[in-house]
Parts: sequence; structure tokens; C-alpha cells
Amino acid sequence: MTHTAHFKVWRGDTDGGDLQDYEVEVNDGEVVLDIIHRLQATQVADLAVRWNCKAGKCGSCSAEVNGRPRLMCMTRMSVFEPDETVTVTPLRTFPVIRDLVTDVSFNYDKARQVPAFVPPKGVPAGEYRMQQVDVERSQEFRKCIECFLCQDTCHVVRDHEENKTSFAGPRFLMRIAELDMHPLDAAADQGLVRSASAQEDHGLGYCNITKCCTEICPEHIQITDNALIPLKERAIDRKYDPLVWLGSKIRRRQD
Amino acid sequence: MTQVERHAYDVVVVGAGGAGLRAAIEARERGMRTAVICKSLFGKAHTVMAEGGIAASMGNVNSHDNWQVHFRDTMRGGKFLNQWRMAELHAKEAPDRVWELETWGALFDRTADGRISQRNFGGHEYPRLAHVGDRTGLELIRTLQQKIVSLQQEDHAETGDYEARLKVFQECTVTRVLKDDERSEMGAPPDRRSGGKVAGVFGYVRESGRLFVIDAPAVVLATGGIGKSFKVTSNSWEYTGDGHALALLAGAPLINMEFIQFHPTGMVWPPSVKGILVTESVRGDGGVLRNSDGERFMFGYVPDVFKEKYAQSEEEADGWYTDPDNHRRPPELLPRDEVARAINSEVKAGRGTPHGGVYLDVSTRLPAEEIRRRLPSMHHQFKELADVDITAEAMEVGPTCHYMMGGVDVEPDTAAARGVPGLFAAGEVAGGMHGSNRLGGNSLSDLLVFGRRAGLFAAEYAAGLGEQRPAASEEQIDAAAAEALRPFGAEEPAESAESAQEGAAENPYTLHQELQQVMNDLVGIIRRGPEMEQALERLGVLRERSRRVAVEGHRQFNPGWHLAVDLRNMLLVSECVARAALERTESRGGHTRDDHPGMDRDWRKVNLVCELTDEAQGGGADGGKQALIGLRQRPMDPIRADLLALFEREELLKYLTDEELDR
Repeated sequence: MTHTAHFKVWRGDTDGGDLQDYEVEVNDGEVVLDIIHRLQATQVADLAVRWNCKAGKCGSCSAEVNGRPRLMCMTRMSVFEPDETVTVTPLRTFPVIRDLVTDVSFNYDKARQVPAFVPPKGVPAGEYRMQQVDVERSQEFRKCIECFLCQDTCHVVRDHEENKTSFAGPRFLMRIAELDMHPLDAAADQGLVRSASAQEDHGLGYCNITKCCTEICPEHIQITDNALIPLKERAIDRKYDPLVWLGSKIRRRQD
Repeated sequence: MTQVERHAYDVVVVGAGGAGLRAAIEARERGMRTAVICKSLFGKAHTVMAEGGIAASMGNVNSHDNWQVHFRDTMRGGKFLNQWRMAELHAKEAPDRVWELETWGALFDRTADGRISQRNFGGHEYPRLAHVGDRTGLELIRTLQQKIVSLQQEDHAETGDYEARLKVFQECTVTRVLKDDERSEMGAPPDRRSGGKVAGVFGYVRESGRLFVIDAPAVVLATGGIGKSFKVTSNSWEYTGDGHALALLAGAPLINMEFIQFHPTGMVWPPSVKGILVTESVRGDGGVLRNSDGERFMFGYVPDVFKEKYAQSEEEADGWYTDPDNHRRPPELLPRDEVARAINSEVKAGRGTPHGGVYLDVSTRLPAEEIRRRLPSMHHQFKELADVDITAEAMEVGPTCHYMMGGVDVEPDTAAARGVPGLFAAGEVAGGMHGSNRLGGNSLSDLLVFGRRAGLFAAEYAAGLGEQRPAASEEQIDAAAAEALRPFGAEEPAESAESAQEGAAENPYTLHQELQQVMNDLVGIIRRGPEMEQALERLGVLRERSRRVAVEGHRQFNPGWHLAVDLRNMLLVSECVARAALERTESRGGHTRDDHPGMDRDWRKVNLVCELTDEAQGGGADGGKQALIGLRQRPMDPIRADLLALFEREELLKYLTDEELDR
């Protein structure tokens, strides 16, 4: 089955741009990325788009389709009516480079600000022992393909450029939760309390659990329920528990 | 003189997949200022697509496993054409490379006693693949990526600059490896045809189109494979044979280019996802292959060399999953080349599915919940892309171009490319390790073992040069710039002989599609002499037309231009594949000749070596119709005696000639 679809694609660069109209062939089983590729091959050879694996595993082809942040390779054309106009625009939260390609360096900057895994002292490689049930929580977050759709949709930064310096975004708050829940992470031995740092250094407090990130996650990771809320709880527990408070002061003094 | 951005590093790594990142980590840890260059964003490399696992004989699930067993399996899988020293190093070092990942934060699935779990896979005698569900490649990439970030954090703490010693240049394409002038090299050996040491790389920034040079005495190629030369492939757009072509153009030979692995199970429906991989874990965890008659046909396709190792009946095969000591393994888990050929035959015999594949069924073999737990990505992929629920129905699958066994001819211990001092190669772009066919799971371990070695020896080489660094001439840089920018002012049609039609500007997308069709149809999974001759002819025409590729628009993030540049590499590599495949008149591993169906022990002793011809060295690497690639046969090094002693003589006789055995 083949039909002709009406597409509106944002074209432009840092100086601005607008939606342009295209009539393009659609075949059975195709996804939005196939249509963008057909446009490139037949009508607009220099239409800029990022993509890579085309199987929902690399998280490169993020864009907004009819206003919703999605992976173009996993958005089937069959979810639209044949006569429905399909509008494809670049991720709104990040600066446009050209057409559907945005500057996502915000995310790489944030990644660098999260202190890395700290290996446990005295446990040589090959001697790590962890139970499946204990690694599963962090494993869920490690399914993240870094498509940055959650970063794009999060209202804390979506229309608030000013929050970008102090807020790591759902992806990297989840990274902190992942390390915090890693059975062998030894950050605490170095005086780093990850949950407290999420609150103090990475803007966890901005999150008011509207779950937008969880809703659009193409990997169906329960970002809010399994990462952000537990992280908030741990941060708050520490803050209001006088024993923990005292303990942390004493330990810091020893260092 | 061309205006280019200029940087200087000690080691440049081209490619940011598993091998590239592992090489970069090693070079940086050895104190080298290291640059990584990749075509995609950092963390998106094709390694993320690897599903099944990392093969390493840790013996966590079956304590009988050790490096010798892994070595044997690898050699059998490659039909003994493997560079045996690489196979040995790989089998010995893989466990350390996996354990090291845990110290960098990786979280593998666990055994009941808390160690790294290992799963069964085709061609591996014991459960050997460390894994994370069916997204092991993602875990590998993320772990290496995060290790790089942690090294950058250390540098930041020390110097205030994250990129002081290790920088990732993302979304950049390298178009040339630069070398110093050979004439400046006193007494260079005559067999080193292009002389010259590596002096750096030339490339452009995809985002802006800016040209750049990185001066560096050591370059590690880690660019992956060539799958985008084929129509049906599991490979991503980045797999355009860049490293293979860069090595050739720098004067380094390639070996084993006739061996391409067609993975037996790619998706066949819908058309837009045709070729996307269905992990071998589906079979490792109990999935079976059936034809349209409902028959488990693999029992009819066990070749003689594997007869003793595989089950003869469904009952015996099914018993193996729970009691492997007393049952032989199911034939669905034969090496990939065998399974791919069997599927091809079934479809050809009219026993295929409606969309031209066979059925891969796990729904009748495992409870739904277990399938979702063990194969989450596959469940997700089929649900989202094909509307198929794999817990309730069978998948339709067929062969897809998956992996290039051939590549840069390297020194086994150091990963140094032969003939070009300062050039190194690791991972899929390097040849030899996997012989004529790679076992599943041996790729991720290969990346880690030889990525580390390439980084280590590149660092040693760079350090050993001291202040005496080779430098590329301005003429070389000017020529590289002109070559990269040519699609914007494509060659004018020749006035004389050719008609206006023939001289018209060419669309890079059209040429790419035609190339893919030629390779798929004429140099694909089953090959015939006359078809490959035809392919070579058509590749010549395509190459000539590629000179006239013209692109619209400007240099800023222009995919038409990017493809035009990559076309040169795909055409060069395709010629290597077709020439080598035409020359090898036998069938072995990832090379199946309809007109020469048998495996020939005399051919086992021979590597086919591809090199750029003298004319092509002269500059016109995308020149006229004439051959650019020269081919020669080279005898393989005899396998070391203690390694041969790991096999029964009876088995060796299937692969090695009597003279080799009696030596």
C-alpha cells in the first residue's frame, strides 16, 4: 500500500527558518525517518538530519513530530491518518544548527559534571560480587540510549534557558540515581553523598515530578518513579535526619 | 595553501566505537595527548547495536571453560583461516578486559553466586558471553564513554580543562591519513612502496564543513565495517569502509576481504526495516528455526566437520538447554555462516515465509514473561516496528550483511598496520582475527583486546619518536582539501567522446543505491564467477560516474556532500571484496561459491592481499574504469605447534593438508 503524505518540515539555521511543505510517497510499514530519507534522496538532498542505527538503539534521530518529542526511526507512519499533515521540527530545548539538527552539547556538559563511578578499594577486578536483584535497579537506568528526549521535554529547561546552568535534567539526575544505587559504588568513602549532591549541585529540587520525561521515554524507563522520586527521598531523609546530619559532619571533619 | 584548522596530538583514534574508545583510554593512560574523531555524536557508535554479549572464558557458568577451549572454538568458527596469534591473544586476554569494565562501572547480569553471568552462543562450546539482557553493546559503549569522561574529570581537577589530554571531536569525518614525504626517509626499504611515516589526519567538521588537520605521529583506525555497500544490512550509515579505504590510500594492504558475514537472522518485514538484526541470543536461549512446513530444518544442514558436535534429533537438542553435559547442542547454534546458508537454501526451495524468510520461534519455547526478561530489546523492536508480539508468534527472519572479517593487515601483537609506520588498526577494520567467519560474541571481546593493544603500541610508538615527528607537506594537504570539496564543483563533462547524457551530474544517493544493488545481487551471500566479473565491470562504471557527483547547498551539515565523500570509500572497498571473492575458488566461512562449493585445504594456507595499484597511488583514487586494486596471494604463517596440539589430528585433517601436519 502506497499513498502520498503531506509533510511540513522545519528548514533553516541559526539565522532562523520556517516550515516547508512537501508531498512525499509513503509505503506500508515505513517510519517517519524513512520519509525524511526519501525527501533527501528525491527532493532536498541537503536536508540535515541526524540518525544512525535506525532501530531505536542509538538515540540519534530525536525530533518533534506533530509537537511531540520522538525518535523518528520508531514513529511508524501508520499512527497517522493518510490525509493527516505530519509536521517535523527540531528539538525545541536545544539551539538549532541546521534543519532538524540541534546543538546538544548541553547534555555532554552535564554528563561531565556528574562524578564518575568510584571503584571499591581493595576489591580487585574479577572479584566483584553483586546479586542480580541488586543490580537491576541501576540496570534499568543504564538502558538509557541518550536520545535526550527527556531533556527536551522537561519544562524546567524547555522554555527556561536561565535554568540550564543549575539543572542537570532528567537524564543526568537519573545517572546520579544509577550511581547512588550501584551496589559497589564507593563515592561515600570519599565524602561524596550522591543524593545530597543531586539536590545541592545538580538542581534536583527543580523537578516537581510532572512525569513528562517518563511519558516520552522511548525505552519506557520509569525515570520519575524509579530514579527521581527515590533520589529526592534519600536527599530529604539525609537533610532532616539529625543522626545522618551529625554523621556526615564528623566524617567530613576526619577527611 | 589551503586554510585549515590545525591541531596537534600524540595519538589520534579514528572511530569511537568499542575499539576506538578502548584504544583512546589506553593511550591517554600511557600519558599521551589523545584525540578521538567520530562521525556521529559521542556514544552513538554502531557498537550500541551489539546485542548478545562479550565472549570471554571466565568459566563462571561452566567451570570447564578456559582460553584453550575459546581458542579452539574461534579457530573452528573461522575454518582455521584465522591469524592464530590474534586468536590466541584474544582468548587469553578477553576475561581481563571484561572484568576491567566492572571496575569502570559496568553492570552485567549476574549468576546466582553474584558473578558475571554467561550465556550460550553459536559455535561456543560453553556458556561464555557476558551480557546485559540483549543490550550488551550499549552497556559496553556507555561504560567506555563514562570511563573517558572520568579521565576528563581527572584532567579537569588537575588542569582546569576537561580536554587537556583527551578530546573527542564528534561529528567529524576523516578523509585522508597524512604521511611525511618518503624522499626524506633515507634508506627506506624498497618493498615499502609508499614509504613515509604517518604524520596525521585530514578531515572536516560535519556540522560546519570546516576543514581540519590534526598533526600526530600515530593514528589508530577503529572505523568498523563496510556494510553500507550492501542493500540488506544490519549496519548503520557510518559503516562505509572508511578505515579500510584510508589504510589502502595510505599504502597499507588489506587481507581476507572476500569474507563477509551474513547474519542468519535479520528482520525481513516491513521493507523499511529489512536487515535490522535479530540477536542470536534468541536461539541461544531456546528459539528454533522452522520453514513454512513447520519443520526444524537445521538438522538437515549440519556439515561433516561439525557432525560430532551437534544433536541429531529434536529430543537430544532440547535436552541440551538443561543438561549440556549429556546432550549435544542444537544445530540452530551452528556458526553463523552455516545457518545463513541453510536459511537461504530453504527459501530458495520454496519453503520460505510470505515475506521471503523463515520462522524464528521463541514463543512456544519459553514463557512470555521469561522472553520479556531475557530479550527485552527484541520484544520492543518487533512490537514497535513490525506489530509482532514475539511472546505469542514467530518472527520472520532472513540473512543480512552483518560483519566484515577482512581488513587492515596488522601485526598480531601490536595492531600495527604492515607497511605504514605509525598506522594501527583495531576492531572490525582489522583483518585476520576471525579468519573466514566470526563467532557471535567474539566481536565485542576483539574490540576490547585489540583496542587496548592498538592504544598501547600507538602510545609506545609515539613516545619512541621523541621530538622527531613526521610532518605532512602542504601539497598533500592542498590535494586532500581539493578532493574533499570536489563534489561542490564536480568535474566538467569531457567534451570529446562522451555524450551529454553520460557526462551529466550524478546524484550521490542514486549512485549509492546502485552500488548497494550491485553488491547485494552479484557479490552477496552466494557467489558465482561470471556474476562477480560483471560486478567488477559495473563498479568501474560507478566509479567513473562518481567523479561527476555534484551536491546542492553549502557545507554546513550537508548529508548529500557527506555521502558523496563516503562513496569513494565504499567503491574502493567493494572492489576489494569483488576481486578477492572472484579469486578464491572455494567456499569457506563467509565466502560461498556456487561454482566452487567445496572447502579446499590448499586455499586455507593462503591470504588474499589487496593493495592500491601503482596508478591509483599516483593520486586518482577515484579515477577511470581501470582497476585500482591489485591482488596477490600470500602464504599464511604455519600455526604454532603447541596451539595445533590443542586439536585432535583427525579434526585437523579436515582443514590442514597432510604436509602441514607432518611438518
